[in-house]
Amino acid sequence: MTLYAAIFYVLAGVILVSTGLAITRRNLVHAVVYLIISFFGSALLYYLFGAPLLAALEIIIYAGAIMVLFLFIIMMLRVDPSALRSPSLKEWLPAGALGLIYLAVALLVVSTDPASQTPLMTGLVRPRVFGQFLFQKYWLSVEIISFLLLIVLIGALYLGKAYARGAGDRTEDKP
Amino acid sequence: MIVPYSHVLLLAGILFAMGVVCAVARRNLIMMLIGVEIMLNSAGLVFVAAALRWQQLEGQVFVLFIFAIAAAEVSLGLALIVYAYRRTGSLDPETYNILKW
Repeated sequence: MTLYAAIFYVLAGVILVSTGLAITRRNLVHAVVYLIISFFGSALLYYLFGAPLLAALEIIIYAGAIMVLFLFIIMMLRVDPSALRSPSLKEWLPAGALGLIYLAVALLVVSTDPASQTPLMTGLVRPRVFGQFLFQKYWLSVEIISFLLLIVLIGALYLGKAYARGAGDRTEDKP
Repeated sequence: MIVPYSHVLLLAGILFAMGVVCAVARRNLIMMLIGVEIMLNSAGLVFVAAALRWQQLEGQVFVLFIFAIAAAEVSLGLALIVYAYRRTGSLDPETYNILKW
């Protein structure tokens, strides 16, 4: 086992454990903090796979912006700690059985496919190369994505204003 | 060499399953969004590993777009959640049953 393989397995363990803790916490703030740890691990994996720019963006966008947005909303709203939904066995048996079948088939496919056994070689894509590639071949997609972000901005603003407009007749709306 | 590609696929698959469980089994709108985030993140992991496996840069470009989609989805989703919370005073998805009769 090479050093890189050891790094991968350690990171994978940390990511799985912290994500598992995140999705089972009752307190939402704890869940978000565990998720930030998980995203840091993902960023290190990106770096290990030769994408330093994406590693930086993962920390800036995911662990930074998105998670801080979650924290703001959790602290703004009064959130009661909520547990996992207590499942009734009859409801969950079909879903669980089908999920297990999928898991078994996926394991079988992945383990028997010879193409998936090829080891990953180390590589590195410098941010300059990546940026040139992105803006030479996929500039149209970048424009479309930026347009999407603009639409989302307008939509979020509209939702905020829609409540302020309808604040007067809120009590009548309530069933 | 790092690890076989299949190990990355397995890691991403387990992460995706965790995201699905979080989105389906939690009684909270915010935790459902967090589950979607976990799923998007695991998909990005597969894309980066595939970019390294086939030595193509397109995989990394896709991850950049996934980041943008995730940011858009979270901001709009949280705006919707805040709006719905102000109207109903609850974050439990079970209480959103006004359309049911």
